[in-house]
Amino acid sequence: MKASRFTAAHQSITFSRRMMLVGGAQALFGGALIARLGYLSIAQNEHYQLLSESNRVQLIIVPPRRGWLVDRAGKAIAINRSDFRVDLIPEQLERPTETLRTLATILKLTPDDVDRIIKEIKASRGYQPVQVAENVPYDQYAAITVRLPEMPGVQPMRGFSRYYPTGPAVGHLIGYVGAASAKEYEAEKNPLLITPGFKIGKEGLEKTLEKNLRGQPGGQRVELTARGKLIRELEPKPDRSGQTVQLAIDAGLQEYAARRLGEESGACTVLDCLTGDILCMASMPAYDPNSFSDGIGQTEWRMLSEDERKPLTNKTLNSLYPPGSTIKPMNALALQAAGIDPDETIHCPGGYRLGNRFFRCLGRHGSVNMRRAIAKSCNTYFYAMGHRIGYDRIAEIARLTGLGQKFDLPVVSQSYGTVPDSSWKARKYKENRRIVERPDWTASDTLNASIGQGFLILNPLQLAVMAARIASGRNVQPELIGVHKEPAPLLGLPQEHLDAVRGGMWEVVNGDGTAGASRLLIPGIEMCGKTGTAQVRKITGSQRGQSGDWKYRDHGLFVFFAPFNNPRYAGSVVIEHGLGGARAAAPVAKDVLTYLFDRPQAMKRLAELETQWGGTLLERTARRQAQVEAISKANLGRSA
Amino acid sequence: MMISSAIIPQPLARLPWRLIWLVALICTIGIVTLFSAAGGSWSPWAMKQSVTILAFFGLAIGISYIPENFIKQMTFPTYVVILIMLIIVEMVGFVGKGAQRWIDLGFIRLQPSEFMKPGVVLVLARFYDLLPAADVRRWRGLWPAAALVLVPWALILVQPDLGTATMVLVGGVTVMFVAGLPMWYFLSAAGALAAALPIVYTFMHEYQRKRVLIFLDPEADPLGAGYHISQSKIAIGSGGIWGKGYLNGSQSHLDYLPEGHTDFVFATFVEEWGLIGGVMLIIAFAMVVRWGMNVSKKAKTRYSQLAAAGLSMTIFFYFTVNLMMVMGLAPVVGIPLPLVSFGGSAVMTVMICLGLLMGIERQSRTKSSLA
Repeated sequence: MKASRFTAAHQSITFSRRMMLVGGAQALFGGALIARLGYLSIAQNEHYQLLSESNRVQLIIVPPRRGWLVDRAGKAIAINRSDFRVDLIPEQLERPTETLRTLATILKLTPDDVDRIIKEIKASRGYQPVQVAENVPYDQYAAITVRLPEMPGVQPMRGFSRYYPTGPAVGHLIGYVGAASAKEYEAEKNPLLITPGFKIGKEGLEKTLEKNLRGQPGGQRVELTARGKLIRELEPKPDRSGQTVQLAIDAGLQEYAARRLGEESGACTVLDCLTGDILCMASMPAYDPNSFSDGIGQTEWRMLSEDERKPLTNKTLNSLYPPGSTIKPMNALALQAAGIDPDETIHCPGGYRLGNRFFRCLGRHGSVNMRRAIAKSCNTYFYAMGHRIGYDRIAEIARLTGLGQKFDLPVVSQSYGTVPDSSWKARKYKENRRIVERPDWTASDTLNASIGQGFLILNPLQLAVMAARIASGRNVQPELIGVHKEPAPLLGLPQEHLDAVRGGMWEVVNGDGTAGASRLLIPGIEMCGKTGTAQVRKITGSQRGQSGDWKYRDHGLFVFFAPFNNPRYAGSVVIEHGLGGARAAAPVAKDVLTYLFDRPQAMKRLAELETQWGGTLLERTARRQAQVEAISKANLGRSA
Repeated sequence: MMISSAIIPQPLARLPWRLIWLVALICTIGIVTLFSAAGGSWSPWAMKQSVTILAFFGLAIGISYIPENFIKQMTFPTYVVILIMLIIVEMVGFVGKGAQRWIDLGFIRLQPSEFMKPGVVLVLARFYDLLPAADVRRWRGLWPAAALVLVPWALILVQPDLGTATMVLVGGVTVMFVAGLPMWYFLSAAGALAAALPIVYTFMHEYQRKRVLIFLDPEADPLGAGYHISQSKIAIGSGGIWGKGYLNGSQSHLDYLPEGHTDFVFATFVEEWGLIGGVMLIIAFAMVVRWGMNVSKKAKTRYSQLAAAGLSMTIFFYFTVNLMMVMGLAPVVGIPLPLVSFGGSAVMTVMICLGLLMGIERQSRTKSSLA
């Protein structure tokens, strides 16, 4: 007990001491205040000045014009068409209810539209405009312009919408644009994305080239209060249109191929076999990107997604098919690389016996060498030879020619399929036992893969690259952007190997081979190719996939190049459930190549076919669109 | 300190002019800022504020002439009256089912909690004045004082008005501290407070809790509840060293800064006058507090010593909490910047404190000249 007697004297000393403590604490706090003030206004000055400026000055965004997509000759593939649109600025609305009622009457807005507009008006801050309608017909636009004085806050404007002149022909290749979703806005936080009328790429090249195509928004810079009241207008900021992007595509060929595929479900790819430029990459049936860019209806979306011909899938990249006999030329390269003499013959008695199983050939070809085996598509030859060298050595050349490979392309996705070999099978056995029943590579695996069945599945672009590499002997890489002049470097395959294979492919079309009916009717230019017929399901009993339900029929495939003596073009055609390569795919390849060498002849042929199908692609698309609208109107009537 | 001149009349010359100039400077800054906050206009704030300040300054001078003995005698009765008013407010609020902080007398709305700020200081000063020195370190030196502070504190806290309640508490505790209560009381109370904070948090109102969370991380919700602090920091930080120039503050003029004429008036001022202006204002306040603390040290009676210390602390705490809040160092508790923010209550409280301090200062001078 230090202070048992606490006296007045003690009290006085304590008071002085405590006062010093209090004064010290006060000085400490005062110092802290000044330090904090200094930190905010000196160290953080730049940061806060920026924030203050972005508070003060706001941009009423004018969306930039989207860059065009043009083909290798400069022909337009995707452009902008001017249209009319109506927005409103909530801050300037004086009589919201009457204004909305008038707008709804003139523009024939549905109750859903009105609901959306009301919701957006409530959510909007200050000068952020709200879209009322886009693609407004001129008479409605004029009606609104006339009544503007009684509707302050309404903003009729000229805008731009994306237009694809050839419609569905470029659907999968180019993709489409649309208003940014909430998720896309969250990811980028760019106010441009929620500006009415602004569209971003949603699919295909429109999506992957977004950075180049978008451009820089401009607009009126204004000084606004926190509540969005306009104080004064500052200097406007000019916008910068997006870049024009030139594609390797030949727009005419692309459209021709898409139209030539007609009502079939399939894909047609053509490459420049020296440079790798993708001249056409058509996948049909396809959606019309124009109707997506305007915002697609529910009915149309449902019809597209339920169609068994999969108009929403880009078959050139994302559909995988067993290649069937189309890979036999590649097999032949592998056999030669393994030292097999192309002149060696194999006797074909109509099949090949492996243990107690008999692997069938399509015919009894008697004694065949490599060239004849390709021409006649003799399975027995490739069974026997494949069995002799083993599939691992074939898989190596398969990869060398581009099969199973993912290419460096600006596309949204590529399915690259499988080139199987023993290590693949062992790995797969561990991962997924439903596909692979045993870990070791068997001789029957080799036999199946040798005729393009079994585990081997590929996409049509890979088949086209394979054809291009065999045609030129070059390490061709497919290119979508720009026009390339420089031929690709050589693959290093011996010339005589390539010659033997090309000879076989020449005979397929120009000899007594499987595609004799698809010879080009152009003097001096010969197409070489290889047909393929791929089974969709295991053969059960007598059913051979040549009849019955459409979806169980065999796929028809064809790989080709031309001209024979100086290859320039190569490609692939796949017709889903087309019964056979010679029957369904080769004629398409013939016409598409004819287009490149003799346009009038090709167009004449197409006109004949389109008369049979009931009109050109655009006519048939328009008719289908009308149907969709009728159905959706009927649905709406029923629900109302 | 005194202006001795034959021309100036004695009573005028005896006013503490250094303090008056400081207060005049602070009030001028306030009026000038309110003029700017209204977009360069005397209405609605600057003119009204000038009148308020002059009126309450008159009141302060008047108070300074009240003899200490009279104040001493009136201390307990006044305290009881304020306490009763607090209870009435509480009951009215209870009946009206809502938070109510004032009594409407028709011509003026009285906030009893404002009077309690100097009230609690004076009553404690009086208590320790009466308490024999030997009892200061005993139990009877603590519990009556604690009750005198905690009862009004609790009443104000449940209004709910965390800011004012805290000020009442700080004023009272300061008097107890300088009165010489054992140090371990304060240390253990501080320790207990730190331990109790999480528990206090669970008892807080939703809006108070939100303010605390926002204080800890204002950028988490810059457009929502953190808006006040974010915008205030932008206004202060963007002013830089020299400010954007008078009438050129974009944050306040374009309404991005909320409450730019009341609680966040400092941000409005610093945006236009920069670090220089801000430091000047802080130093002016500090000098006022230092003057008050010196009055306390020189005071001759125990009552005036303790009262002056507590009143100085009240002024200090008023402006410090506001500045900390505005600069993001404390949660937004709704305490205005005295003499600068628009509004009568804070001016009244501070002027009462200053009036009492001037009275004490005058009497210590008189007595010392007699001694």
